[in-house]
Amino acid sequence: MSDIKEFSPAKRRMYMLLSEYWIVLVFLLIYGIFIILEPLCFSLPFLSSTLNYMTEILILGVGVMFVVITAGIDLSIGPVEGAVGVGAALTMRSLVPVVGVPLAITAGVIVGILMGMVIGLLNGLIVTKMKLAPFIATLGMSVILTGSGYIFNNGLEVVGLPKVLARLGNMQFFGFIGTTTIVAWTVWLIFGIILKHTRFGVITYAYGSNPESTARAGINVDRHLIKVFMISSTLAALSGVLLIFRFNTGSPIAGANVTLYAIASCIIGGTSVLGGRGKMIGTLIGAAIISILVTGLVMLGVQTYWQQVATGLIIIFSVYADQLRQRNAFM
Amino acid sequence: MSKVLLKVSGVSKSFGHVQALKDVNFELNEGEVLGLVGDNGAGKSTFIKILSGVHRKDKGEIIFDGDTVDFSSPSESIEAGFETVYQDLALAPDLPIYSNMFLGREMLRKGILGKLGFVDKDGMRKSVEKNIKKLKATLNHVDQEVGTLSGGQRQSVAITRAVIWGKKVIIMDEPTAALGVEESAKVLEIVKELKQHGITVIFISHTMPHVLEVSDKICVLRLGFTVANLNAAETTYEEVVEYITGARSQIEG
Ligand SMILES: Nc1ncnc2c1ncn2[C@@H]1O[C@H](COP(=O)(O)OP(=O)(O)OP(=O)(O)O)[C@@H](O)[C@H]1O
Ligand SMILES: [Mg+2]
Repeated sequence: MSDIKEFSPAKRRMYMLLSEYWIVLVFLLIYGIFIILEPLCFSLPFLSSTLNYMTEILILGVGVMFVVITAGIDLSIGPVEGAVGVGAALTMRSLVPVVGVPLAITAGVIVGILMGMVIGLLNGLIVTKMKLAPFIATLGMSVILTGSGYIFNNGLEVVGLPKVLARLGNMQFFGFIGTTTIVAWTVWLIFGIILKHTRFGVITYAYGSNPESTARAGINVDRHLIKVFMISSTLAALSGVLLIFRFNTGSPIAGANVTLYAIASCIIGGTSVLGGRGKMIGTLIGAAIISILVTGLVMLGVQTYWQQVATGLIIIFSVYADQLRQRNAFM
Repeated sequence: MSKVLLKVSGVSKSFGHVQALKDVNFELNEGEVLGLVGDNGAGKSTFIKILSGVHRKDKGEIIFDGDTVDFSSPSESIEAGFETVYQDLALAPDLPIYSNMFLGREMLRKGILGKLGFVDKDGMRKSVEKNIKKLKATLNHVDQEVGTLSGGQRQSVAITRAVIWGKKVIIMDEPTAALGVEESAKVLEIVKELKQHGITVIFISHTMPHVLEVSDKICVLRLGFTVANLNAAETTYEEVVEYITGARSQIEG
């Protein structure tokens, strides 16, 4: 009847669990080492600052994950943050005298999000209509956006924004959960549900698994891919707006380094760059690993450059482990 | 008695300098089975991809159900009532069997969740299980990823999908290529059953006994030309092979 290799069910389940969640163990291991080296890592303030640090990578990671699942990549997410940060901040600052603080802030947020949607639309159109590889399309876009971010305000940070921004952006709930953390985890949850339970999610996986088969099933794959790029850019824009709230400025250099960390967070979490596979929980853990490396090393007083070295090692190690797992699964 | 469902005349198609199809012609009644045969590279797959909306023809006319059709996308072909089992199967290997079977027409949850695009996974699983049983397909678990299936099982998935959704015409491009004797026999049974339900089938195969067993009509392609349209009941294995190899032809030159 069957020609699949049969494990005993218990052994199989054990193997599945381990191969799905070994990355959690990696996180716990890293955290455990930090706690041993510096017991203060086992504290609410440490947790709070890690959660806070993590928000940016998490939001970007959730968005770019959709693109990675389609076997694409979006290199423009960091620069979107910078350009949107400056664009939205300028909108707020120039509108405050005209319409007052609340409306100006609202308008800035809307402008920022719209910028993200338009950038995603452009990325999607370049990929689907001009038929450029996502790598090229978004590389070009990222350079354009970085330049634009500087042009908007002559390369300067946008300062002099209403103080209420930072007050809203740095509120603490239950003593350790910040505003941005709540936004980030909500985004993670909503988009996790979309990915796992909706038609949109199914088609995203299907496209990454085999774009031609997906098109032949009667699906308008170009339109889907455009939407996927819009999710990535729009979430990057949201993250850019949140940075304004957190730091009370709009900075063109915001997002300069985070693109690769966000992509790394999905990859560490098991999303395949070949497309078709990846789980939201993995991206959360990937983001947590990268973040705790930063906050933990800071706590230990180690130069944070070591965090980059460690993240790089973990990327290589985790993808290698994933490959081994896949090879086994398909035998 | 039965009406003409599909009339194809003078269809041609080239890819750059390669002219894959030069002059394809045949006529098929509702509920009939057409055996489409020809050597490797004769143009069989290219032709059926025109019917399924993957390729666009250059010239010629296709009349389906009384209307001239020229599908510009797979969805138009599917909507018109065509289902296709592609030679390369066109499955998504990372998705489970049930998702593949419902790809592009996912069953949605009832009520507000459905409106939001939530899929009804259990509903799909149950429906696929039922159909697998009905078609006696050798598939164990609807949650198994298609990429982990054997070649023959994958073929079963593609065939089952086409049969589940088939409304008017089911196209099968070498559906028995990866199948053993027993499984091939099942597919032939399925074709006969489809025919009994009034569904028209276009059956491509290199195995002539299979073609002769299920077909009403046989269209032989050679180098992009229809070189013969035969009545299956009146032809023989030898005659078909002669047309395929070019030893005989109904056309000039
Ligand atoms: N997308 C394409 N681009 C260029 N040439 C193509 C393309 N598709 C098919 N061809 C060419 O068209 C011709 C017919 O190919 P086709 O796949 O239709 O043959 P076939 O009859 O299905 O053969 P087989 O029995 O091997 O499946 C071949 O010469 C092939 O190389
Ligand atoms: Mg073929």
